[in-house]
Amino acid sequence: MTAIIGTTGRIALNVLYAFTRVCVLIVDTMSWTLIAPLRGKGLRVRSVIQHYVEFGVNSLPIVCLICFLIGAIMAMQSAYQLARFGATQYIADLVGVAAMRELAPLMTAILLTGRSGSAITAEIGTMKVAEEIDALEVMGLNPIKFLVVPKFLAMVLAVPCLTLIATFVMIAGGFMLSITTIGVDPSLYLEETMNALVMKDLVTGLIKSLFFGVVIAWVGVYRGFQVEGGAEGVGKQTTSSVVTSIFFIILVDMLFTTFFYFV
Amino acid sequence: MTEDSEHIIEVRSLVVKYGERTVLDGINFKVRRGETFVILGGSGCGKSTLLRNLVGLMRPHSGQILINGRDFTAMSDDERVEVRKKLGMCFQGSALFNSMSVGDNVALPLREHTKLEESTIDIMTKIKLELVGLGGFESFLPSALSGGMKKRAGLARAMAMDPDIIFYDEPSAGLDPIVAVGLDVLIRKMQSTFNLTSVVVTHEMASVEQIADTVCMLKSGRIVEIGPLDQLRKSSNPFVQQFFERRPDDENGENPEYVRSLTAEE
Repeated sequence: MTAIIGTTGRIALNVLYAFTRVCVLIVDTMSWTLIAPLRGKGLRVRSVIQHYVEFGVNSLPIVCLICFLIGAIMAMQSAYQLARFGATQYIADLVGVAAMRELAPLMTAILLTGRSGSAITAEIGTMKVAEEIDALEVMGLNPIKFLVVPKFLAMVLAVPCLTLIATFVMIAGGFMLSITTIGVDPSLYLEETMNALVMKDLVTGLIKSLFFGVVIAWVGVYRGFQVEGGAEGVGKQTTSSVVTSIFFIILVDMLFTTFFYFV
Repeated sequence: MTEDSEHIIEVRSLVVKYGERTVLDGINFKVRRGETFVILGGSGCGKSTLLRNLVGLMRPHSGQILINGRDFTAMSDDERVEVRKKLGMCFQGSALFNSMSVGDNVALPLREHTKLEESTIDIMTKIKLELVGLGGFESFLPSALSGGMKKRAGLARAMAMDPDIIFYDEPSAGLDPIVAVGLDVLIRKMQSTFNLTSVVVTHEMASVEQIADTVCMLKSGRIVEIGPLDQLRKSSNPFVQQFFERRPDDENGENPEYVRSLTAEE
């Protein structure tokens, strides 16, 4: 009995501790991103751009490839159903709406988690193990300003941009497959797509993706700072970073979809 | 000279705890300006913890650390940054930023804390690297350097802002005797050339003989003895004698009661 209560208490304390750490990280990041530059403490613009290139531009090929294929797959899967009703031109509606509202933001976020979220954790974790974070602090350089803010800003900017491109590539994937294999008339496909999509789809997709970026950056950074021990700790936290990040992305997605379409 | 200006660091009844267990218990000492102060002790005696407190990487449970007469532990973050500009630290593993060249590592504090022209920073970086015998290595990445060179580069970075105090964490750990003694000579040189105050944490007796002015011997989180090197050499304290003569423990291991107090969970 005491063991059960003890375990419950310990878990509760750990959760509470983690929660306070996350809050401290969030408050620190936001104050160094938004308030400190106004007080003349500077923002490392060059570093933001470097990270933006790394997270955004360098992710472009893989994001485009995956999204193009998913667009094509969606077209094939829906053609199987719609062909029975002779309604293959509605593939355009299905692919367009699904890509813009849901699949492009989600796929981009999950790809970036695997590609860049894990890299953030591994980088910060390795720096922590090698005492580089301590070295920054002793030099009077704030690790949040120096390491976290550039990654945070770059990620928050990169994910919506990539999502926008991914949306169009995904629609293009569906389009290419439909006109070549299924035999939908190209102009009809484009017209259907234009009819099906409304501005709200695009805006909600992009707002979601902005918050996915926030999640990827914060989870990556938080897990990085949690690294203890050596190489093993880095590996453990990197795995955990990807899993946690994907979970929170899905959770945020759920909340926003509910908020946008069911409230 | 007044009492205050003679002592650059003063530690008053410092207590540090990890959770429930006390790691440092009532530490008091003063470091004179311009001396090499060695903190000596066996593994797990709390010497690294003491160093982390001195440079402000940890906040103590109670007690004060006065640097230039001002309480470092009670400062705001902005004030601490100002104090830290005048502190340098050499880490055990050198802690160079692996993504930057050696030159950029040394230039980093200058770029971040001063408004100097890039050309001036370049020259200063070269001077600092020359000083530690690494002239011409500006463009090398830390991964291309040997262990001893990394430590020297770490020292050059610590010297970048012309600090008043340099802290060394196990400077000769993991180095062969020749490189290690070279580093000891360098520490001495820095101290005599720039009138630097050095605080060195180590357990290498050879190094202590070479560099120490004052030695502070720690055991189980308390100071066993503190004084000039000669005084400790002649000390009657059995632990100090044992350490200086490098004799193993009688029971062939650390004091079991102390080990239990460190590991036992309440």
